Amino acid sequence: MKTTRKSTWVGILAAFAVLAAACGGSDSAESAAGSCAVGQVDGDLALYNWAEYIDPDHLQAFADEFGINATMDTYDSNEAMQPIIAAGSSGYDVIVPSDYMMGIMIEGGFVQPLNFDAIPNSKNISPDFANPSYDPEQTHSVPYQWGFTGLAVNTAVVGTDFPRSWDLVFGDEASAYAGQITLLNDPRETLGAALKSLGYSLNSTDEGELAEAQAVVAAAKDNLLAFNTDSADELLTSGESVIAHAYSGDAFTQFLETDNPDDYVFFVPEEGGTRWVDNMAIPFDAPHPCTAHTFINWLLDADEGATLSNWNYYGTPNSGAIDALDDELRDFLTSPDVLVGGLDSVESISDTGEFETNFSDAFTNAKG
Amino acid sequence: MSTNAGITQPRGLTRGLLSVNAWLVYLFFYAPIVLLIIFSFSDNRNVGVWGGFTLDWYREFGDSQPTKAALWNSIQIAVASTLISVVLGTMGALALERFKFRGKQVFDALLYLPIIIPDVTMAVMMLLFFSQIAGWLGLSKGFATITLSHIAFSISFVSVVVRARLAGSDDRLEEAALDLYATRWQAFRFVTLPLIMPGILGGALLAFTLSLDDVVITQFVAGPGWTTLPVFVFGLIRKGVTPLINSVSVVMLLASTALVAVSLIAQRARGGDVV
Amino acid sequence: MTLTEIPETAPELPVQVATPELEATNERNDRRRGFLMALPAFSFLTVFFALPLVLVVVYSFATRNRFGGTDLSGWNTDSYQELGSDLVRQVLTRSLVLAVITTVICLLLAYPFAYYMATRKIGIRNLMLVFVMIPFWTNFLVRNYAWYVILGTDGPLSQVTETVGIGPTRLLFTQAAVVLGLVYGFLPFMILPLYASIERIDGRLLEASRDLYATGAQSFRHVLLPLSLPGVVAGSILVFIPSLGAYVTPEILGGAKTTLLGSYIVTQFLTARNFPFGAALSTVLMVIMLSATIVYFRKGGRTL
Repeated sequence: MKTTRKSTWVGILAAFAVLAAACGGSDSAESAAGSCAVGQVDGDLALYNWAEYIDPDHLQAFADEFGINATMDTYDSNEAMQPIIAAGSSGYDVIVPSDYMMGIMIEGGFVQPLNFDAIPNSKNISPDFANPSYDPEQTHSVPYQWGFTGLAVNTAVVGTDFPRSWDLVFGDEASAYAGQITLLNDPRETLGAALKSLGYSLNSTDEGELAEAQAVVAAAKDNLLAFNTDSADELLTSGESVIAHAYSGDAFTQFLETDNPDDYVFFVPEEGGTRWVDNMAIPFDAPHPCTAHTFINWLLDADEGATLSNWNYYGTPNSGAIDALDDELRDFLTSPDVLVGGLDSVESISDTGEFETNFSDAFTNAKG
Repeated sequence: MSTNAGITQPRGLTRGLLSVNAWLVYLFFYAPIVLLIIFSFSDNRNVGVWGGFTLDWYREFGDSQPTKAALWNSIQIAVASTLISVVLGTMGALALERFKFRGKQVFDALLYLPIIIPDVTMAVMMLLFFSQIAGWLGLSKGFATITLSHIAFSISFVSVVVRARLAGSDDRLEEAALDLYATRWQAFRFVTLPLIMPGILGGALLAFTLSLDDVVITQFVAGPGWTTLPVFVFGLIRKGVTPLINSVSVVMLLASTALVAVSLIAQRARGGDVV
Repeated sequence: MTLTEIPETAPELPVQVATPELEATNERNDRRRGFLMALPAFSFLTVFFALPLVLVVVYSFATRNRFGGTDLSGWNTDSYQELGSDLVRQVLTRSLVLAVITTVICLLLAYPFAYYMATRKIGIRNLMLVFVMIPFWTNFLVRNYAWYVILGTDGPLSQVTETVGIGPTRLLFTQAAVVLGLVYGFLPFMILPLYASIERIDGRLLEASRDLYATGAQSFRHVLLPLSLPGVVAGSILVFIPSLGAYVTPEILGGAKTTLLGSYIVTQFLTARNFPFGAALSTVLMVIMLSATIVYFRKGGRTL
């Protein structure tokens, strides 16, 4: 009896080892969508998106137009979404990864090549966003929305006469606002800002440069209220902080919520910062690739693109949609006061491969 | 039926101090809840800034299909996983406290692991496991995978609480019942069950709460259409906490309270003073 | 006069007038019954927990590849060697201190509460129990954000202390706020098992001790505490372990200014996508905690 049980266990374990080995390979991402026609649907749409990134009514309009059901589930970070898709059998048709994660997912084979014959509206993609570094041939992704990472300042407290520079949080100026500064709780963004302030690329894979950036963040810690990503903008407008490292879209919409939006400014420091781009892509094992292509094409339409941006208030990569944007949104997106160092000063975060662990360790060490 | 004399109330100063402590604990528990309820009626997008009374957030909740779907998903999963884990966890606890059997120590250790394992580790391993199984069996990720995962951690919490009740308690009553020709089932139903009922109730409440609150594991094993309320809320906070989330919480609180009240009343109506 | 010897149960009462054969049959039946009762939970956990857990152990010996995936080849123990680094030790020490503080505070608040609850009438007890749980049927993020508002610079707490004349409090984004948040979140985990174990204690034992001129403290020390020890042990474990791995509360209320174990593990799995290291860290943590738990329980059991 005892031996029987033991051999059962060995059997289970052996089966499991095979299972574990099978988990590793998902590298053969073949496009099942080669034959999809424009506007063809092959089932319901399961969209996996960031929260509050598309109006549910807007999504329903797509479903109604094509006579299918559309569901949306939401995630809170690229890092949570990626393993879910990579593991396979996620059941999602369209996902919305940010730039660096888009690169990782393309390299890992977790998204399928797009059939651009089924996406004629890709002609609307603004040249600024075509062929990005993470998808140089634009084969697997199309841009969804974009924004900057920079600093948001309460000018009612700080005044308007301050350097448009990272020195505001990393330099001597920062000590005047000790305990009233927040930085993003994100290794790549915050170390990236420090790298930029030192004049390096935020995608640097030089250990010496990263060590310098780590020291900059560690020194800035004394002046910090908190490392905070989710509420940085609210801490600013509620008066807990006066300078916040923040995302442009969040900061901008938050300013508009206050009684006196003119008291706040957002800018990307002159040394440069991050321009992030979220993209639409189709998982390697999407159940309904044709519906997915149709949805992507539909959202790249000029009118739909404008509807999208006017609802979520982020930047649109859709050149046809820009004229139809709300005035205040368009002014914000194109203002030279926002992008102080010009378009050449900003970079997208890209995957650094093995060096990613250096970034996360450096951030942990900087916090102490 | 009470199996022992119970503890009588202490008198004088001790009693006063105990009751003060109890009120303070309740104050501690309810302070944030009161605040949360107040701001669900606030006409300002930012929680913490009072903007005058409004019912808009409840209206918004009523109009928001995704929010209602998420709430309904959460409740279905919490009920299913609580029921199953209470039965399995209680049986496991009884086996461990009242019997000797082969493999007892392995079982004992296995029961602690789900409590000990870090959330994210369990999330990742369940994800890898279910994705693989889903591929093989054609099982799609959703209600089943989430509920199975919740049961996997809830069993342990239920059994710990029930065992705390059983540990060192008197099993002579059952033996007496058996000596008096009660069947095993009767002895269990009329002696053991009432004895451990407070433990079971506590375990059930714990399992229910854990299921309603879980984010990471649920997020990783969910599939299309199965976003639960906590996962939904987790996604929303990136854009800031609005009173919408408060109004959802208030609705969830009322729904759960009603659910538990109904089940307690039903139990009382059926079995007298089982608890 | 020592009171330690009052037994709650007659330990190991032999089965009355039993022949050796009967006793053996009885014991066999008992074993089978125990095994059958454990079987459903045992099988469930084997399939839906132990099997997936094997993956964690397997991954801990694998290698992170350039793209943040995991190569299931080139097996090695690098991840385990990395565990000895200063960084890991600092993170672990800091988290341990926080978890111990949280557990002790929970115990100090919950014990008198559970005792008080156990002395009430049966209907009131259940009501009290449900009222402990109701706040937790909201949503844990929302609860954390409620504390965030309460502890804020212009929050209600600060206004109260200012009115009273102590001056404004700045608790948000401090370690104290983290402890407060953790105690709030895990207090029910302490109350439930404590209540379950205190409620079953035979009140006559306490009365007997008082009749024998024990002071309140003596009767607590020698009767109540030993009898409720299983609850203390279970509650401590249910509070200590999740506090050690907590990461949402420290980030929201503590401002993420220091790295704790919970967020360190999350970072390894998600941000750094270093599954092998995350898996190794989790495996070692589980082995240590499991051994500690089992030892703790055995000890708790023996004192009974």
